[in-house]
Amino acid sequence: MLEGHALRRLHLGPIDFALRPGECVSLAGKSGAGKSVLLRMLADLDPHQGDALLDGAACSGMPAPKWRRMVTYVAAESGWWDERVGTHFSPGTDFPTLLPAVGISAEAWAWPVARLSTGERQRLALLRALNPENRVLLLDEPTSGLDAENTGRVEALLHGRLSTGTAILLVTHDPEQARRMASRHFEVRDGQLVEETP
Amino acid sequence: MSPHLIGYNDLAIAALLVLLNAALTWMLDLGLSRTILIAGVRAVVQLLLVGLVLKTVFALASPVLIAAIALVMFTMASYEISSRQERRFAGAWGYGIGAGTTMLATLLVTAFALIGTLRSDPWYAPQVLIPLLGIILGNVMNGVSVSLNALSTAIMRERPAIEARLALGTDRYTALKPLQRSALRSGMIPIINQMSAAGVITLPGMMTGQILAGLDPLEAAKYQILLLFLLSGGAGLGALAAIYVAVWRITDVRDRLRLDRLAQR
Repeated sequence: MLEGHALRRLHLGPIDFALRPGECVSLAGKSGAGKSVLLRMLADLDPHQGDALLDGAACSGMPAPKWRRMVTYVAAESGWWDERVGTHFSPGTDFPTLLPAVGISAEAWAWPVARLSTGERQRLALLRALNPENRVLLLDEPTSGLDAENTGRVEALLHGRLSTGTAILLVTHDPEQARRMASRHFEVRDGQLVEETP
Repeated sequence: MSPHLIGYNDLAIAALLVLLNAALTWMLDLGLSRTILIAGVRAVVQLLLVGLVLKTVFALASPVLIAAIALVMFTMASYEISSRQERRFAGAWGYGIGAGTTMLATLLVTAFALIGTLRSDPWYAPQVLIPLLGIILGNVMNGVSVSLNALSTAIMRERPAIEARLALGTDRYTALKPLQRSALRSGMIPIINQMSAAGVITLPGMMTGQILAGLDPLEAAKYQILLLFLLSGGAGLGALAAIYVAVWRITDVRDRLRLDRLAQR
């Protein structure tokens, strides 16, 4: 479904790579190895060489915002552009169902962003990225810093998305999480993507 | 009505105030007396020199000379703008955005004033053109440099928020709109304040000068109003152009934030 062809930026690549519908692939590697660089390339957030294709349609052949609504990157560091939590979500978002599913108070949509803890921000940033349009999620350490219970909730949410055919590329430092979530495991090493065989 | 002229002895009397100031800070050991004296001397030398140069230019009324002076003014203003940026664009853009938009807004507003209202004859009459250009340029320069600086520092600060919006499929202009709005506001506030406070809180310097020189207060007020309108037009136009060019340059056609186009520190 998602293919990367000869992707290259900075010290990374050329990388060829493919994701199938409903598949989760884990990505490990030392910090600075280029995991985020790869995710950002796939979301076309930085200038790079090579191209990515979604069901045969090239990223370079469509407007970048359209591509990013389908191939959505969620950064490790969440960003907030408004004062209140609710305005960061698309209108009509079902907060009373969504928020408790990841262990956040159903009233949190009305809170100022400044009131949120780091972990709450991280989970809300993931939630707001989910929409009916996305086919691929590029997640940069979505549960780093979460306790076991909330990590479990986030993983359950992601499993739900996988079962509807969304593909996930998951950066994680936790081998246990990689085993729970992903069917294939990769490591970014010396600028290349290396498949880890168990 | 003939202007009320002041002599050098009048200036000397006024200079006593500066000397008194310097003496007081020296006696109180505040470490400012030297700075005050130097600033006073600079003001005297610079202003008399400019007066002399302008006197010559007015007498010669040569278009080439006027153009040369305008060019020098633009160059200095552009340098000021780029040196006031905390984060400036890399390469020629660092100088170019401020210089280009300042020149554009200044020339448009000056031409508008010359053709539309002041109707000097010939149109390049230096008595009108040079002071007009100077005061418009100064205000455009402030508007442009404050707005540009506000925009680039806000972009650096809000980078995660901007990138989050871009990653969610927002286009570059929408993602940067709130920052543009507040940058424009920063650049426009001084001239807005100047207009709304004019006459109530302070008498504008130019109007004060004209009244002291003997002009009818109502005539001086009309001149001041005309100038304020020209200045707000210039500052607004310059700031607007600058932040649009800056947003266009700090993003690319693929709706990416291109902080790599800012000069490295």
